[in-house]
Amino acid sequence: MMSMRTILAGAAAALCVAPLSTSHAAWEPSRPVEIIVPAGPGGGADQMARVIQGIVTQHKLMKQSVVVVNKAGGAGGEGFLDMKASPGNPHKLAITLSNLFTTPLATGIPFNWNELTPLAMLALDEFVLWVNAEKPYKTVKEYIAAVKAAPAGQFKMGGTGSKQEDQIITVAVEKAAGVKFAYIPYKGGGEVAVQLVGNHVDSTVNNPIEAVAHWRAGKLRPLCVFDGKQLVYGDKVAGDLGWSSIPTCKSQGLDMEYLMLRGFFMAPKVTAEQVAFYVDLFKKVRETPEWKKLMSDGAFNQTFMVGAEYAKWVATEEKRHEALMKEAGFIAPKQ
Amino acid sequence: MSESSHGDGYGPRHRQVEIGVAAATAVFGAVVMAGSLQVGITWAVEGPRAGFFPFYVGLLILAASGVNAMRAMRTIAPGKLFASWKQLRSVASVVVPTAVYVLLLPHAGIYLSSALLIAVFMIWLGRYAWRMTLAVSVGMPFVTYFLFERWFLIPLPKGPIENMLGL
Amino acid sequence: MEEISNLMHGFGVVIQPFNLLVMVIGIVLGVLIGVLPGLGGANGVAILLPLTFSMPPTSAIIMLSCIYWGALFGGAITSILFNIPGEPWSVATTFDGHPMAQQGRAGEALTAAFTSSFVGALFAVIVITLVAPLVAKFALQFGPAEKFSVFFLAFCSFVGMGKEPPFKTLVAMMMGFALAAVGLDTVTGQLRLTFGFTELLGGFDFLIAVIGLFGIGEILLTMEEGLSFKGRAAGINGKVVLQTWMELPRYWATSLRSCLIGCWMGITPAGATPASFMSYGIAKRLSPKGRKFGTGKIEGVIAPETAAHAAGTSALLPMLSLGVPGSPTAAVLLGGLLIWGLQPGPLLFVEQTEFVWGLIASMYVGNVVGLIVVLTMVPFFAAILRIPFSIIAPIILVVCAIGAYTVHNSAFDVVLMLVFGVIGYVMKKCNYPMAPMVLAIVLGDKAEEAFRQSLLGSGGSLGIFWSNGLVGSIMTIGLVALLWPLIERIWGGMRARAAS
Repeated sequence: MMSMRTILAGAAAALCVAPLSTSHAAWEPSRPVEIIVPAGPGGGADQMARVIQGIVTQHKLMKQSVVVVNKAGGAGGEGFLDMKASPGNPHKLAITLSNLFTTPLATGIPFNWNELTPLAMLALDEFVLWVNAEKPYKTVKEYIAAVKAAPAGQFKMGGTGSKQEDQIITVAVEKAAGVKFAYIPYKGGGEVAVQLVGNHVDSTVNNPIEAVAHWRAGKLRPLCVFDGKQLVYGDKVAGDLGWSSIPTCKSQGLDMEYLMLRGFFMAPKVTAEQVAFYVDLFKKVRETPEWKKLMSDGAFNQTFMVGAEYAKWVATEEKRHEALMKEAGFIAPKQ
Repeated sequence: MSESSHGDGYGPRHRQVEIGVAAATAVFGAVVMAGSLQVGITWAVEGPRAGFFPFYVGLLILAASGVNAMRAMRTIAPGKLFASWKQLRSVASVVVPTAVYVLLLPHAGIYLSSALLIAVFMIWLGRYAWRMTLAVSVGMPFVTYFLFERWFLIPLPKGPIENMLGL
Repeated sequence: MEEISNLMHGFGVVIQPFNLLVMVIGIVLGVLIGVLPGLGGANGVAILLPLTFSMPPTSAIIMLSCIYWGALFGGAITSILFNIPGEPWSVATTFDGHPMAQQGRAGEALTAAFTSSFVGALFAVIVITLVAPLVAKFALQFGPAEKFSVFFLAFCSFVGMGKEPPFKTLVAMMMGFALAAVGLDTVTGQLRLTFGFTELLGGFDFLIAVIGLFGIGEILLTMEEGLSFKGRAAGINGKVVLQTWMELPRYWATSLRSCLIGCWMGITPAGATPASFMSYGIAKRLSPKGRKFGTGKIEGVIAPETAAHAAGTSALLPMLSLGVPGSPTAAVLLGGLLIWGLQPGPLLFVEQTEFVWGLIASMYVGNVVGLIVVLTMVPFFAAILRIPFSIIAPIILVVCAIGAYTVHNSAFDVVLMLVFGVIGYVMKKCNYPMAPMVLAIVLGDKAEEAFRQSLLGSGGSLGIFWSNGLVGSIMTIGLVALLWPLIERIWGGMRARAAS
């Protein structure tokens, strides 16, 4: 792996003297690279894109500059359609979240992920079931009992967006536990966490990074994490507790796993050399201390995948989302 | 069409324009209502559906447009001009080049089209000498390029020339 | 008191030469960003964020927040000079600011705008300094129903007082609501009113509409009237600042009221734009010269600018103490905090005292520096009006086009901008008011979202809007504001009868 990288880097360095060389050995960007964020400024994907922008700039990992462009319209549909409409453009990357699957399914826009070129999975974002710390329920079991005790549809679950990951998890929890929530969609994850602190909703499935500040301040309580295994970050976060002390939902009798993709795609019809350049770039990004800090702050699952393995993972996830959304009745009717 | 009684040249009548505007807003209202029907306009158990508010907004536009059209018929003197043709010609002298500009922009890139727009204005409306025109029309895109693309790192639309230069 | 000593320590950090330098750079960049329509404070901060990673966090946040102050100051400049709001919150400033410029009083309007901005910000910073924890608790009270009531109040205090025909006002306002509804419906996740056009996925952005309706529309009107920006004969002198300052204390009541409105709207957080509209509307109602608003009254500049700046500043408090951004710019700053390893939230004030008080101190110093920077530029800005129309007009068109493009990086928006420009021209000629339309575009989808979120929580019962004292009283004040013209007439009638 190292030698491969050294060769690539060396070749890139040699080539930059003669950028118009016909050699296919290594390619590098000849103009600023745009990272298309299919979400608004300030969200998880946007933050990650901007951290990468900062890392690339600061560590001089690339000759050209990185530009972050938000295209949030239509639950990110705008961004995906823009990528689709730039075949062969090697200077555009898209960072994705679960709306890669959910937006086309829920809105019926003409887009599918396999119209783009899969580049790399950088991490997976976790989901945690949160409740207000003032509430008496301390375990998933007590929580489910409380939901069941409340009149049907009176127990409020807050989440980001409608027919997106948070609501999918909510529906899955409903199915798994045989309960019914009133799901209230908000625009951003930070807002959802504050609504929970203010007792305007009764529980949320916020990402770790969105709710951690309130957990540390003793306002929120994590009940379980929607991952197959417990988190690896053992540092103390709130009192004696750390991310690794949160049990998995499955172990608490709530059979649901969900992780959100934080990965990159390129435009259709780009060459293998171009893909290789960015894969190499991301490998370098992952080595930096800034990236490692972001990972531990947000308790991310650091799975890294490229190529066929990545494409296969995405295909499996798409099937799963389609099944989950069909079950929940979230698929847009054909017009 | 009757002769203008105000004598301030010729031009479209204000009443006709008002009725035209009311008709346009009415069509807009109807389109909004039609669009709302597609997503459901009822008040479901958990509150109004996606089309509920837009539907009634469309309905209000439709109804108020009718009132506006009737008021235009009753209250505006038939001879009153909206604007003289001469005035409208000067308005068009901005709208037409700008329309060409916005349509050209995605294809020719922002720098070339902006230079052209500024040059057209300065020569056509301002009758400036070509030296001055050249300085402003080339200078402005340059400033724009450095300000946006280099300093603020905002990519602007580019055309064949920029591609040739490899920018 | 511990806070005071912390603040003093903060001042010590801020007035280090490097930080002062960073501050001036930030202000100048911010003014530039504020002047260019479309390139908002959020963009500016987002773009410059990576550049600050190599600085110490305190210097970085000083720079970024100064960009924010600069953008708040700068938004007023093009509003007054060219009727083009550089930022959403300076739309209300155009109503009286641009007529003032047309009358040759651009320097006066700019001075009033900048000074009011400063006063608003200062008031908000003092509020933050003194009652931060209390304010944070207050902000937690705001669920969807409370938010809806605030939007409702902002709306009610602004509408129902124009001199345009009521049915034209209704059409304009409803068109604004309809445009705001286009795109994705947050509550159901459905696309609506897009009719299959992918260009409409993102909906109609408020800024595009405003750049077109106000900016391009104004150029077309100028063309019709024969090629000149009116009132450019204004004598430019350095004394205009002092002269305007002599006049300003007379409007202390408007200022104070606008400060309060601004802080309230910033903390709740509803944002600077609704705050500016609401403050303008209330000033118009309460001022003895209210009927002449829109013709170039200085109060019509003071009210929105004070409120916008107070709101913009106080919006940083919920961001720091709760991690919920009060504006798009605050959202990006929030991202920055996380990147520097600072966790916004209740503990930030406890764990990162140096950072927090450094930031608060920089708010004081930054605004003073900002005021000095922009005031020295007043004669220069006023001089822009002397450039001949046939040079400045195409430049404005180009700047507007770039602004429209940068909002969503979409060339379609540039076409839309021109369409809105023509619509704005025709609307103005036919006496349709544009302000209610613009306000409806700003508040429409947010208000609808909050309304429907509330009903989702209440199981469809409208009673939620009167379910507690807070929401109930805001709603009631809103209703009173809405019906105020009617109440006034009845009251006036009763008095007349009593007199006879």
